[in-house]
Amino acid sequence: MQMIWDFFQQQILGMKWLNELIGGILSLIGLDINTRIGGSVQFFIYDSIKIFVLLSVLIFIVSYVQSYFPPEKTKKILGNVKGIGANILGALLGTVTPFCSCSSIPLFIGFTNAGLPIGVTFSFLISSPLVDLAAYILLMSVFGVKIALAYVVVGIALAVIGGTLIDKMGLESYVEPFVRTGKNVDIESPELTRKERLLYAKDGVLEIIKRVWIYVFVGVGLGALIHNWIPSDVIQKVIGENNPFSVLLATIVGIPMYADIFGTIPIAEALFSKGVGAGTILSFMMAVTALSLPSIIMLKKVVKTKLLAIFVGIVSIGIVIIGYLFNYLQLYLGF
Amino acid sequence: MTIKVLGSGCKSCITLADNTKAALKEIGLDAQIEKVTDFSEIASYGVMSTPALVVDEKVVSYGKVLKPAEIKKLLERLM
Repeated sequence: MQMIWDFFQQQILGMKWLNELIGGILSLIGLDINTRIGGSVQFFIYDSIKIFVLLSVLIFIVSYVQSYFPPEKTKKILGNVKGIGANILGALLGTVTPFCSCSSIPLFIGFTNAGLPIGVTFSFLISSPLVDLAAYILLMSVFGVKIALAYVVVGIALAVIGGTLIDKMGLESYVEPFVRTGKNVDIESPELTRKERLLYAKDGVLEIIKRVWIYVFVGVGLGALIHNWIPSDVIQKVIGENNPFSVLLATIVGIPMYADIFGTIPIAEALFSKGVGAGTILSFMMAVTALSLPSIIMLKKVVKTKLLAIFVGIVSIGIVIIGYLFNYLQLYLGF
Repeated sequence: MTIKVLGSGCKSCITLADNTKAALKEIGLDAQIEKVTDFSEIASYGVMSTPALVVDEKVVSYGKVLKPAEIKKLLERLM
């Protein structure tokens, strides 16, 4: 059983065979893959192909699932739940509702006008970019099942706790007044046929590839740089386990960055191979995906600075705690 | 017939407006397309995923960049 699983993780998800194939071809044309340049070329080609293949397959599946959960429907479902249950449901629905930072404002207004507490909306807004099926499977291909599963669990926990804290602080009045002037309008969600869902999934793949390909290449380029050019001991010194500030540093660097999780995977992969702690890497990935300058600027239009600062603060602190927790688990429990 | 395209001015909203224009031209219908970019106005239609298409104050599609042929079908059904 273990053998079958290892095979699946390394060869199907990790596509190790592809790496060997590319290595073989490069050697054939006379490029020594044991040199730095050869190694970088191999990493770049292998990782680019792997990520685009995984991305296409995963986004297709994810979009198909998402076609069942337009935000208009999510809003109706959430309106029927109260208390912390609503935060949990909000965080869970955040993982399956299609979301892009350009529609965060209408979404925020829609949720608020439906009478949802802002904490529930924030639970949704935290989990939505952070956790989804595609992220889970990608993480599994790099770090294995345990860490991927733990990522999903702590990601949802962060969304639930963050949202609940915002609720408890009574910050409802820190929403810009114009947000509440509208009334709640429910619109019909059309029932789609299977053919329409497949088409929706295909369009989703094309749209996301168009949007993220540049981040993937930049990510793979940085990954190749880390992988072959920066010595392990330099990386260890800056963000290794002996530097107590490694997680903090990874989080601070990651927050303003704006990239898709697919762009961060190659960097994570390269850092992991250099022996950087899983917690440090996860903090970096979470900081990049959950918080970014564009999304913060967007949110500024609907909430006042104090609420925005609290939101960014809670999420950042949560990510740092998660990072240290993972490093601890990895180091002392052999997680 | 009044047609509105809701969206904050992102790329997909512009594409939807262009596609609508193309569809109108194809059926030979002379209608104005109004772009709604104000967030509270967008929300007042109950729309949370942009771009959305509104025909005679009724939301006919949202969260999707319709192709000209699809818009044509939609409009012909509504006429």
